[in-house]
Amino acid sequence: MQDHAYRSRQPALPLAAIFAAIILAVGTFLGSPGAADAQQTTASSDSIWQDLKGDVFGDRAILIDTGVVRIEAPKRAQDAAIVPVDIYIDPDKAPDGIKSVTLIIDVNPAPVAAAFQIGKDAGVTHLSTRVRVNDYSYLRAIAETQGGELHMAQTFVKASGGCSAPAVKNQDEARATMGQMKLRQFPPQETMTKAQELQLMIRHPNNSGLQRNPLTQYFIPAHFVQKLSISQAGQPILSMEGGISISEDPNFRFDFKAHGNGEIQVEAIDTDGKVFRDQWPLEATGL
Amino acid sequence: MPIDSVRRKLVNGFACTAASAAVLPCCLGRAALAAAGSLEFKVSEVADGVFAFQGVDELMSPANQGAISNLGVVVGTDAVAVIDSGGSLVEAHAFIAAIGKMTAKPVRYLINTHMHPDHIFGNAVFRGIGATIVGHHNLPRALEARGAFYLQSFREQIGEALMKGIEIVPPTMLVDDRLQLDLGGRVLELQAWKAAHTDNDLTVFDGATGTLFAGDLVFIGSLPTLDGSLLGWLRQMDALAGIGAARVVPGHGPVPADWPQALTAERRYFEALARDIRKAIAVGMPLSEAVKTAGRSERGNWRLFDDHNERNATAAFAELEWE
Repeated sequence: MQDHAYRSRQPALPLAAIFAAIILAVGTFLGSPGAADAQQTTASSDSIWQDLKGDVFGDRAILIDTGVVRIEAPKRAQDAAIVPVDIYIDPDKAPDGIKSVTLIIDVNPAPVAAAFQIGKDAGVTHLSTRVRVNDYSYLRAIAETQGGELHMAQTFVKASGGCSAPAVKNQDEARATMGQMKLRQFPPQETMTKAQELQLMIRHPNNSGLQRNPLTQYFIPAHFVQKLSISQAGQPILSMEGGISISEDPNFRFDFKAHGNGEIQVEAIDTDGKVFRDQWPLEATGL
Repeated sequence: MPIDSVRRKLVNGFACTAASAAVLPCCLGRAALAAAGSLEFKVSEVADGVFAFQGVDELMSPANQGAISNLGVVVGTDAVAVIDSGGSLVEAHAFIAAIGKMTAKPVRYLINTHMHPDHIFGNAVFRGIGATIVGHHNLPRALEARGAFYLQSFREQIGEALMKGIEIVPPTMLVDDRLQLDLGGRVLELQAWKAAHTDNDLTVFDGATGTLFAGDLVFIGSLPTLDGSLLGWLRQMDALAGIGAARVVPGHGPVPADWPQALTAERRYFEALARDIRKAIAVGMPLSEAVKTAGRSERGNWRLFDDHNERNATAAFAELEWE
């Protein structure tokens, strides 16, 4: 029964076309019994990526390891459900600015983990989040410059061993607290002038939708944060289109340059159409 | 205690190939059969009519055949209840063969203490001998979310031969809060806990002898793993300690152990981990850095520390950040 449930997985709810299309595409990869069981290597992860990148970026050239973007993650995932990943942008190497960063996890059922749009003049040079990693896989960050160039960095993550699974740990709690948000503000570091750091946390199970209700046998619909936007004084800092590869309780930490004293506003929309909003005054630390 | 048909002695490492093959020969491949012959399966009597198998303090591997968690058997006048099915079909067959040496009474219940593979991978064998599988009301949901992943990831860890035939078999009798199972002459009390080690932890108490099967709510010697809620575990520690048991069979570690002293070490570890993580969160240290140092003061006290501590710290960080 379980096997059947796994193989006959359905793409979930309407989401951005690209996310849906790619879940489907990879569904067919992993759909054949055996393929999903094989441990991925750098080569097999790469071959998934070769098939995938056209769906995401068409036939555009992707420059590798130019230093424009950098990605860091642990070599071995400790907890498959919560793998921290850091993305760095070097403003000196992309003088016209970066407009977006796409995070890809080759072997996941939904490999496009997130697509981040970065606000013009937002001053974001570092972004960290937490992802689910199902198997040995490259994590890739592809940055697009304002001029339309694509730059990629990658790092290989070995899946966690043992009984750690990329699933929600405490489902009752996740349900009860859904939609709560927390914002932490960190003062600027010595080396930065006016940039400060924010950490946004959203309570949400970010469910996969790849499981069946044991009583009804229907698939439990995917339920995750699909859109997020963060702005300050009405100016966008960061927005995201995301999927189920983002860990439960989505968590984003990033630096930015404040514009005046306007408050920080956040809006998140999940696949049920629920809208979660919150706002916080900008703490004086960065000014 | 009317257990005249029970052989009340240590059942020592008998060769189980013939016995297990006689019970269910159809499911075992040749490789698995060969492997089954090498599994030394010692079940000891921990109290009158109560038996336990002690798993090894290792990660599941082809060499240990998945037999890393403790398993239990309680024999009543009418029927037998088994606590957890082991980490492979090979282990489950050896276990059933060992039970057959102790009693001729039927295994009426298989009780799963929680979702992890070392406790449930043998379920299909117990379903095969007609046992009703009993679990926490959250267990089916947890297995639906993880079952396919377990089948995939453990293939790598324990190998094709040992994985052959393993299925995820959910419980059909669910425990909402408490449930009593009458085995004849003794009644087992099952208790469903709020999220702690996992969100589907179940304990089994045999009132007749005061023996508590704590599942992985209790680890002794090898580091506890956190796959539910650190705060929930700590919050329920007093209630757990309050169970008036004479002895405990932990999920991992020596069987039996003194109660409630068995909780002391894990409580100390969790408190140290929580203290370190809270400190890191307070100063704004990111998760990726905090997990490298949190809980390190406990390193000398536990086996498998390096295998599990960073993972526990990761889960703890994500949880405690919301305090």
